[in-house]
Amino acid sequence: MSSAQAIVIGASAGGVAALFEVLGRLPPTFAVPVLCVLHLPQDRPSHLADVLQRRLRRTVREGCDKERIVAGMIYVAGPGYHLSVEHDLSLSLSQEDPVHFSRPAIDFLFESAADAYGGQLVGVLLTGANQDGAAGLARIKQNGGLTIVQDPREAQVALMPEAALALHRPDHILSLSGIGQLLATLEPSAC
Amino acid sequence: MTTNRDTDIEIRLLIEAIYLKYSYDFRDYSGASIKRRILHAVGQFECRTVSALQERVLHDPSMFMELLQYLTIPVSEMFRDPSHFLALRNEVVPLLRTWPSLKIWIAGCSTGEEVYSMAILLREEGLLERSILYATDINPYSLERAKQGIYSLQNMHQYAENYRLAGGRRDFSEYYTAAYGNAIMDSSLRDNVTFADHSLATDSVFSETQLVSCRNVMIYFNKDLQDRAFGLFHESLCHRGFLVLGSKESIDFSAYANQFEALVRPERIFRKS
Ligand SMILES: C[S@@+](CC[C@H](N)C(=O)[O-])C[C@H]1O[C@@H](n2cnc3c(N)ncnc32)[C@H](O)[C@@H]1O
Repeated sequence: MSSAQAIVIGASAGGVAALFEVLGRLPPTFAVPVLCVLHLPQDRPSHLADVLQRRLRRTVREGCDKERIVAGMIYVAGPGYHLSVEHDLSLSLSQEDPVHFSRPAIDFLFESAADAYGGQLVGVLLTGANQDGAAGLARIKQNGGLTIVQDPREAQVALMPEAALALHRPDHILSLSGIGQLLATLEPSAC
Repeated sequence: MTTNRDTDIEIRLLIEAIYLKYSYDFRDYSGASIKRRILHAVGQFECRTVSALQERVLHDPSMFMELLQYLTIPVSEMFRDPSHFLALRNEVVPLLRTWPSLKIWIAGCSTGEEVYSMAILLREEGLLERSILYATDINPYSLERAKQGIYSLQNMHQYAENYRLAGGRRDFSEYYTAAYGNAIMDSSLRDNVTFADHSLATDSVFSETQLVSCRNVMIYFNKDLQDRAFGLFHESLCHRGFLVLGSKESIDFSAYANQFEALVRPERIFRKS
């Protein structure tokens, strides 16, 4: 069994179902905080947090600016803003230009979290029709974190996992259930 | 090879150099976002490292002005978040009427879209003539554009829609003249506006106000700097004055949380308690 201070997950097309599948395998007492970016339409409010919360029976919240990251929580990025992790392990929002046409962008979360958590981070990239997240995942690896890519053969849309694989060799290439099982064994590491 | 830690050191040095040389203080901005913006600028200016950028910025003020455009995120919209302006109109304007004259501070006004939106709203509510608006920012290019009030005609379609959703009842095109692909805002809207260079990071309060609007600025500050800015607003606002923030900004995590009460929480409209 290994440990982590946080898990970051990125997904795009087909991402909602994939997120359910992965997060649904985590035990109710799972203590490592999970931060997710799912590409969303920018201009309307999203119900992702509510939907996940109801289905998963876990506390899921849209990440707020300057909020401290708390153990056991699942955070999702809201529409229209990039979500980042600061060095003091709080969240921040920003409105720089979209990255790969996306705001929130997976790269924003992944790269900032890689800097904040270093080797104590697990990064997961799932299905999607976009290159977002590939650079961020490589940065997680570079900073000593653990990286997981959904098996492109299984992904609803293979482009995003394939873009990640073209950039670096992740620690694991797994099916959704395999990813869920692996994450479920993680223990929170002391800060 | 430059490691990530080296980059972080270089960024700190660059920010310190900017502060020492130009007195612009980015030391307490949110780290993740400013790092991205600096690295983006490094790429755009074709510098090999952040240190290389620092050398150019330090020895060439015009280079600093260019970098400032990356550091300040000069993006805005008219009637951005229409429901916010609708709530201003419905919930705040009736209370503003109770003051014989009004001073309104728009902090971080960028290229001015927010200023013209506010002026239009006040005019329609019959309050513009008795108001003085202070529109401040740290970016001189943005302030200059705000003063000119010339925007791309292409955006007017969306602004008109925002205006309508914000409770506007007139034809939005009454507020500008179209020329050569531009929309030139009615200059009488800024008769009572003073544009000024003012930094929430280094400057102090300059006037008593009844309303402060500081939208989409505080998200770029860390907690300490947010508290400094909230302190300025608290000092500037008169008894029961209003503070309005951007749609993802909140006073809840700040040291001033108890000094304000929410009037319309979802629209980030607060009132000095
Ligand atoms: C994203 S724009 C917001 C524009 C407008 N308020 C809106 O909501 O549409 C952020 C503005 O904050 C300004 N700003 C950044 N740091 C500042 C500071 N220390 N003091 C005052 N303004 C600042 C920037 O120059 C930029 O114009």
